[in-house]
Amino acid sequence: MPERVLMEGSAAIVEAAVQAGCRFYAGYPITPSTEILELMSVRMPQVGGTCMNAESEIEAIGMVWGAAGCGVRSMIASTGQGISLMQESFAELANAQIPIVAVNMCRGQGDYFQATRGGGHGDYRFIVLAPSTAQEAADLTQLAFHLADKWRNPVMIMGDFLLSHTSEMVSFAAPALAELPPKEWAVTGAKGRRGITLSPLGPSEKLSTDVAAALANVTAKHSAIVSEEVRVEHGFLEDAELVVVAFGFPGRFVKYAVRLARERGLRVGYVRPISLWPFPRHAVASAAATARAVAVFELNAGQMIEDVQLSVLGRVPVVAIGGISHDHSGFGVGPLLNVEHILKRIGQVYSGKEDP
Amino acid sequence: MSAVTGSGERGLRKVFEKPDLLLSAEHSLCPGCGEPVALRVILEAVQELGLRERTICVAGIGCYTAFPMIMDVDVMQALHGRAPSVATGVKRVRPDAFVFTMQGDGDMISEGLQEVLHAAARGERITAIVFNNAVFGETGGHMTAATVLGQHTKTSVGGRDRERHGNPIRISELVAQLDGAAYVARSAVHTPSAIKLTEQYLRDAFQCQLEGRGFSLLEILTMCPTDWFVTPAQGPAFLAERIEPTFPLGIIKS
Ligand SMILES: Cc1ncc(C[n+]2csc(CCOP(=O)(O)OP(=O)(O)O)c2C)c(N)n1
Ligand code: SF4
Ligand SMILES: [Mg+2]
Repeated sequence: MPERVLMEGSAAIVEAAVQAGCRFYAGYPITPSTEILELMSVRMPQVGGTCMNAESEIEAIGMVWGAAGCGVRSMIASTGQGISLMQESFAELANAQIPIVAVNMCRGQGDYFQATRGGGHGDYRFIVLAPSTAQEAADLTQLAFHLADKWRNPVMIMGDFLLSHTSEMVSFAAPALAELPPKEWAVTGAKGRRGITLSPLGPSEKLSTDVAAALANVTAKHSAIVSEEVRVEHGFLEDAELVVVAFGFPGRFVKYAVRLARERGLRVGYVRPISLWPFPRHAVASAAATARAVAVFELNAGQMIEDVQLSVLGRVPVVAIGGISHDHSGFGVGPLLNVEHILKRIGQVYSGKEDP
Repeated sequence: MSAVTGSGERGLRKVFEKPDLLLSAEHSLCPGCGEPVALRVILEAVQELGLRERTICVAGIGCYTAFPMIMDVDVMQALHGRAPSVATGVKRVRPDAFVFTMQGDGDMISEGLQEVLHAAARGERITAIVFNNAVFGETGGHMTAATVLGQHTKTSVGGRDRERHGNPIRISELVAQLDGAAYVARSAVHTPSAIKLTEQYLRDAFQCQLEGRGFSLLEILTMCPTDWFVTPAQGPAFLAERIEPTFPLGIIKS
């Protein structure tokens, strides 16, 4: 592959997955994640992998479960609705400690709660990464496979229509990631050893009955992930009186709007969470510590704002400046994702005209 | 565990013993349950065909969910109804593995019907085994899609009624219609001859997978005296008189 290529975010994710060693994919078409399925159906056979045209999202995630449980790096992608159908399996994949990478190409950013809180049952968590460019999508996809294996926990990439469909220059340098131990937990057939049971219901050693300990092992990882895997980008924070928080592709619009605000003399900075779980709580809190207010731009009715509030803990006002915004199709980019509009909202909050 | 009868050396001859692949002779299922009998037959077949080290069993959710922890083969525990898709993922990435599923009628025919139909239509080279006791055993005796007409359960009190509850599904006949299904049979475990039939059909079904001919399904009728509300001793007769007429034994497709 040439050093830099022009490709859509979907294609960048597929190529990065192939390079990360992904050899199994199962999917069911849904806009705007369909391109990943289309590309995987071509790329997987080329590299000796398998792409399944699953008959439903529920079967797709079952297939990915089986492949990943055999120790093969496996990926699935869909959009909110399809991701909703996978929730039972998502919860139990985490309990079974089976690493998978799941991509949600959302419509708008309405699936923040679903991604970070989980729509499934029990005490599970997904590591959630939100790229804002095609390049970052490629880099985070490589990282996602690494983190999934490292923690034996599913990882979600959260994108949107724009990330999926915007063509940008992307390069694929092999990332510097630490060696991981062999997957001794994987089901391979009991060659020269006693059989194992890879299960979300309890331990994998035969005859063992300590179910509570097995589940406690799963949740014990959460605090370690929180302390090790926070990823965040920020800028112009030193003297910022207003901090704007935004994630994903809209995070780029906010970054640009903040730069324009600076040119106009407003002391504004931004925080862009890259990992949505674990959420960059300390970065948001320390940015807010010297500011007058925090504004949150997200394309939904107000979801990430709760994590921002939990970080700020009432020290300064937290104001929503985004909202639900779609085009007429319901899939695409709505009128709120507009730099001038964001700039206007920033100005309103900055000047105190917006009552927090 | 082994049983002995008269004749042979010192008048004793071993006719029955615990399969090597069973790690414990103890299980938590009810007295008179048919599922442990079916499990023994399955493990004996895996052992005799020398498949232990290649075997990956994918288990569903029902009373048989107790088995994975006492089976000395690799098992992937699937969610309720999902074993066929999980087994598909396994077989596609490990084509040399010997893959069978273990589901109940509630798991396969109620919760997961589309899974088994799609896997069969695709001709996945796996063997699906369903323990059909015509009831959700594990939850305590509720109507499944395979509960027979007239059968009393806690949710078809007084008997399943065609008008109120609809008709039972014959999963083997349904799957046999699909082009990807290469072998389909129905057996039972309520009599010695039925168990022999199960042994024979299971080998056929396993052979079908080993030869790469396509999807194979073995439906095994199993006793559930607890949720048929009869004594353990009455289980075999109940199966013969009340269950088997709806689900006739035999090879349906080969
Ligand atoms: C999604 C989901 N729904 C319901 C259940 C509850 N449940 C556990 S076992 C079972 C019945 C299993 O019936 P069957 O497969 O026929 O097995 P049996 O107990 O009769 O052997 C049900 C409904 C579950 N575990 N998961
Ligand atoms: S409830 Fe029925 S199927 Fe379950 S263990 Fe008891 S007899 Fe067997
Ligand atoms: Mg049953």
